[in-house]
Amino acid sequence: MDPLTTEEGRPPQRVRVDLAGRTARRAAARQELEEQTQVGEVLIRGLVRAQLALALSLAGVVILLLGSLPIAFALFPALADVYVLGLRLPWLLLGVLAYPLLYAVGRLYVRQAERIEDDFSKAVGTES
Amino acid sequence: MSGSPFALPAVIVVTVLTIAIGAYGLRFSRTTSDFLVASRSVSPRWNASAISGEYLSAASFLGVAGLVMKYGADVLWYPVGFAAGYLALLLFVAAPLRRSGAFTLPDFAEARLGSRMLRRWAVFFVVVIGWLYLLPQLQGAGLTMRTLTGAPYWVGAVVVGAVVTVNVATGGMRSITFVQAFQYWLKLTAIAVPAIFVLIVWQSGGLGTLTGAQPPTFDEQTQVRVDTGVTVFVEDPLTLRAIGRVDGTAVDGSLDWGTGEHEVGAGTVLVFPAGAQVPHISGLPALSGETWAAPLGSGGGSRDHPLFATYSLILATFLGTMGLPHVLVRFYTNPDGRAARRTTLIVLALLGVFYLFPTLYGALGRLYVPQLLITGQTDAVVLLLPGAALGGVLGQLLGALVAGGAFAAFLSTASGLLVSVSGVLSTDVIGRGTVRDFRRAAAVAGLVPLVIAAQIDRLDVSQVVGLAFAVAASTFCPLLVLGIWWRGLTDVGAMAGVLAGGALSLTAVLITVFGGELGGWPGVLLAQPAAWTVPLAFAVMIVVSRLTASRIPPNIGRRMLLLHAPESLGLGRGAPD
Repeated sequence: MDPLTTEEGRPPQRVRVDLAGRTARRAAARQELEEQTQVGEVLIRGLVRAQLALALSLAGVVILLLGSLPIAFALFPALADVYVLGLRLPWLLLGVLAYPLLYAVGRLYVRQAERIEDDFSKAVGTES
Repeated sequence: MSGSPFALPAVIVVTVLTIAIGAYGLRFSRTTSDFLVASRSVSPRWNASAISGEYLSAASFLGVAGLVMKYGADVLWYPVGFAAGYLALLLFVAAPLRRSGAFTLPDFAEARLGSRMLRRWAVFFVVVIGWLYLLPQLQGAGLTMRTLTGAPYWVGAVVVGAVVTVNVATGGMRSITFVQAFQYWLKLTAIAVPAIFVLIVWQSGGLGTLTGAQPPTFDEQTQVRVDTGVTVFVEDPLTLRAIGRVDGTAVDGSLDWGTGEHEVGAGTVLVFPAGAQVPHISGLPALSGETWAAPLGSGGGSRDHPLFATYSLILATFLGTMGLPHVLVRFYTNPDGRAARRTTLIVLALLGVFYLFPTLYGALGRLYVPQLLITGQTDAVVLLLPGAALGGVLGQLLGALVAGGAFAAFLSTASGLLVSVSGVLSTDVIGRGTVRDFRRAAAVAGLVPLVIAAQIDRLDVSQVVGLAFAVAASTFCPLLVLGIWWRGLTDVGAMAGVLAGGALSLTAVLITVFGGELGGWPGVLLAQPAAWTVPLAFAVMIVVSRLTASRIPPNIGRRMLLLHAPESLGLGRGAPD
């Protein structure tokens, strides 16, 4: 594959057939954003806040799940002697299971972040 | 030490392939933009392979296994942190950074805060972190060449330094994208295939258990050549044969070692009988299998306050990745913010697969090549394990495969670092960012660490890498996170935070690397500084920004729009792309 083109190739530019009213509303929203009026401020603040809340909550999940491990091992040393699937618990958790966890959280984030962006796009202009 | 006859050819093949692919890419590199960011036309899958290929350095390929072999469960946080850093990058940085449209970290700092002064300091820390990270790559190359061929330490360092400098100077980044993507798959193959063979041998009635009540022992008579003089600690008295200098006197024959420290001169050959307990280099505790396998048994190398050291390490690696210049520069090659996110997600998967393997080498190394604990050079375990466990032609071939993979690791990470360091040097220090400036900058950027690396022989690969992470986490992480998410950040606040975090973490690094051994709290605070330098950098940035709130850029709303709105809307950037 030629690495210099996107995988799917570029689809032809879509032409939007739309009701005049909706287009006008979006154009107005775009202008609010571009001109930094108060309405535009509220829109962009909403977007940033939603994305930050998503990122922080998912980071929180990881901190809770992974970050509690050193303390847990320190408080309950017996955990280190538990065998699961032939591996000691710390080795199974840190050596193997941590990686699928990171990927799963990342995947969830990408999906949700794109959803937030799509909502924003719908509110102010052409969907991407 | 290993003497696999195929190892050197493997290293040569990898090096020649790297140059060849670089030359192929050269045909496409015409403009400055091509050189720096491959004209932003790289698809997520290629980009993700390239990022992973670039990221998996000597520390990942050799260092993690070496640390696991020495210290056990505690250091599993290194690879987890190396991977988790990309999650932090994905959550807080990837898409907005791409949307900022900046080429480099200093570009981002200037675009967001409009300060030339801040830009200059950003350039300074890009170069410092880049060189700090280049050193262990060159040293890893030196160690590998010495292990494989017995060549002097500087040979490997010079070979890697020269190949990379020429390649970067002539091809720039687009050719590097091809090279890096190829390197990831090469490295994965090189570490996974031998690991699977070794695992099969061990499972089918190989050498005993990993978690026994005793420290490692020699399972057969073992000959060890000590290249650099070393002091070892012997727990169980033993009788061995030695040729060379031991405890200051020349010996040639049988020797009794009582409990205590013994000094072994450079070039001495020791022959240990089967069943003897392996002496450890002085300062490295001889861990029983039980203690080694348990968390907080070894404190990951820091004997005092292992819990603090563990959390500090987690913080440094989780937050340091986003501040590594060679990682960030690659995000500009994504076509847009969404592609940047998808790229990062694929990177998480690719790294997750890779990091399953180094741990295996470290663990099985305690059974098959315990003699590495004598010299403490456990970084060589990945190179030596296949030959020791399998033997014969198969062992030699697999040993050659890991050697090739290790060289791929040095070449790719060093290339990435060199591209980003010479990128900022060519635009900010040496010239104005023309192709010719870039070539000159690459020569300078490659030469400096090469000269330093040739001087210092015995610096611990993983330790230096860990410290580079700590500096990155204390400088660029707060700058990026606050710059992207907080309107209140000012140029003065950002500069105060970067300088405070940078100066403190860098001081800690220098004291740890060049200073004497410190015990107790001061020792652990300096050896693992992230836990206090990172929060401090954030705090300084926030407090000083609050105090200078009148300096918040007037068009901040527009800048936030640019960072966070999807590109397709064309908001905040004048006209749609």
